[in-house]
Amino acid sequence: MLDKEWIPEGVERCSFGKFIVWLGLIGAVLLWGLYATIKIFANGIGVTGLDNYFGFGLWITFDLAVIALGAGAFFSGFLKYIIRVDQLKNIINLAVIVGFICYSGAMLILTLDIGQPLRAWFGYWHPNVHSMLTEVIFCITCYCTVLIIEYIPLILENRKLNKIRFLHHLAHNFHVYMPLFAGIGTFLSTFHQGSLGGMYGVLFGRPFAFREGFFIWPWTFFLFVFSAIASGPAFTMLVATLMEVITGRKLVDYKTKALMGKIAGTLLGAYLFFKILDTWFWATDTLPRMGLTFDQMFNDVYGQWLLWAELGLCGIIPAILLIVPKFRNIPALLYIGAILDCIGVCINRFVFTVQTIALPVMPFDKWYSYTPNWAEWATTFEIIAYGALVLSLSYRYLPVFPQEKKLNS
Amino acid sequence: MQVKEFKVKWGMVVDLDKCTGCGACMVACQAENNIAPVTEGSNKLRTLTWMLVYELSNGKDFPEHDIAYLPRPCMQCGKPSCSTVCPVVATTKDEEGGIVSQIYPRCIGCRYCMAACPYHARYFNWFDPVWPEGMDKTLNISTSVRPRGVVEKCTFCHHRFAAAKEKARMEGRDPMHLEEEDYIPACVEVCPTGAIVFGDLNNPEHKVAKLAKSRYAFRLLERLGTDPQVYYMSKREWVRRQGDNYLENEKTKGE
Repeated sequence: MLDKEWIPEGVERCSFGKFIVWLGLIGAVLLWGLYATIKIFANGIGVTGLDNYFGFGLWITFDLAVIALGAGAFFSGFLKYIIRVDQLKNIINLAVIVGFICYSGAMLILTLDIGQPLRAWFGYWHPNVHSMLTEVIFCITCYCTVLIIEYIPLILENRKLNKIRFLHHLAHNFHVYMPLFAGIGTFLSTFHQGSLGGMYGVLFGRPFAFREGFFIWPWTFFLFVFSAIASGPAFTMLVATLMEVITGRKLVDYKTKALMGKIAGTLLGAYLFFKILDTWFWATDTLPRMGLTFDQMFNDVYGQWLLWAELGLCGIIPAILLIVPKFRNIPALLYIGAILDCIGVCINRFVFTVQTIALPVMPFDKWYSYTPNWAEWATTFEIIAYGALVLSLSYRYLPVFPQEKKLNS
Repeated sequence: MQVKEFKVKWGMVVDLDKCTGCGACMVACQAENNIAPVTEGSNKLRTLTWMLVYELSNGKDFPEHDIAYLPRPCMQCGKPSCSTVCPVVATTKDEEGGIVSQIYPRCIGCRYCMAACPYHARYFNWFDPVWPEGMDKTLNISTSVRPRGVVEKCTFCHHRFAAAKEKARMEGRDPMHLEEEDYIPACVEVCPTGAIVFGDLNNPEHKVAKLAKSRYAFRLLERLGTDPQVYYMSKREWVRRQGDNYLENEKTKGE
């Protein structure tokens, strides 16, 4: 069988027929998303649930969330290649793939999200140096390029491709220079993760998001970087675990998973310290200066439960589960901690995107609420399906997990 | 970011005690600026209304019940929350009169400016503009028609400003020193009660400059620091109180 020749040596994969059925399921979701994409490109984003109050909605929440969750790529790369945490070699390939999916997926959503997709390049041609979004545009595209560069050697290591002498040497040379790209990636990713937070923190007309700052950066700049690196490694580890469940094979040893959990948990703890301080200062100083109270920031739909869920249930609890070795070494608790950690960062991105603009700032204005419609959901699931497709093909045909052979022998 | 100050600062003073909420300013703005009627007009969150009249209430029952109407154009902020966030410099604080401009062919439709503006003064073109048959003949030739996917907003009828400067040049007058009646936005011209006054806030000869200094004058959300060029005035304390988010123990301006 032709398919078998492309599968990495010494590993087992499901039958080609089974794989085709799996791809068919992914394809069905992709087709649904493609239909919505065509409708949106043909008729404009009026077909979505967005409106003049909620110019930002599910798409931007999704973008911010996946970019945070994709931070496992740059942070694991930083720890592996710069700090030399050698154990991460067991999961670094997956981290790169997940990062690539998250970043390219976010960029695909953005092409849908802007009203004039054909003008997307204006961000480079007419950049506003004062806008945090300009920095995001530059860094996100540069970093996505870095991720492609990091992904290429893995593709070239495919059993068939690697037999070609030129590609074999090319892959080797890519590996030699990988610490350089890991460094560039860390720099770029740190800045755009920060700028995504800065984007909201500078909204001085929006009391829910506005934050004081250090030099030109509001606190949210640093909080977004911290929360991303506190959840990215956990997400990468969860993806590995999910793949193990789906494939029925051991892919990464528990020690590496626990290490990823420890990294995420430690950073989550540090993040929470600053986030709680930030929330306290915002509630007791920033808001009163704007003539507002903490209670006014919430209503029946966007209630305080979101804040407590973010900081408590999906903040302090996972931090404890991931930091304390006794808990971390119990698989169920490690996974629960990681899941809560990832949900927490999604809630954070959601409230900064939606609650920020749902809050009525003018005293005579009122709260509005936002519900995404089918077109937004379909395209969001389209990106998730795209991620599943890239991951499935990579797992089947590329040597993603260096421990797979040993763990399943 | 510092507040941007220019030699000429066009501004508006709206007397809320005179405004009857008739909506003439909204209609005039719509016609003057070629604002396309939307197909589904019942969705107020998708309509385009550069000038929007809000209804304010004192929240009391009859006979103490009282209402006021507040027309809200773009505030043309001295420190605009919108222009600093725009990634492509599609919007910026204009040196000529301090009007916040909007360059439609430059806008990429990211809507970050809408997220930044606390006044909801910016509107997105959700669909291609379609005018009912024959109505396209009434379009104003001085104003561009915006395509789908860009953000638009009130420009204080900037085309009228351009025309007034042109006229002044033709007559050998200084275009940077216009008289009050040389340049008047459509909403001001049409207001039946004379509630809206327009002029150069920096020119002491203009009526707005005096009215803006009234003890009853206030600006929306002043403490946010956007420094709007639109002033409101009312002798009613509860109306002034709704201009900004006053805490319970705080005194209102004008008291």
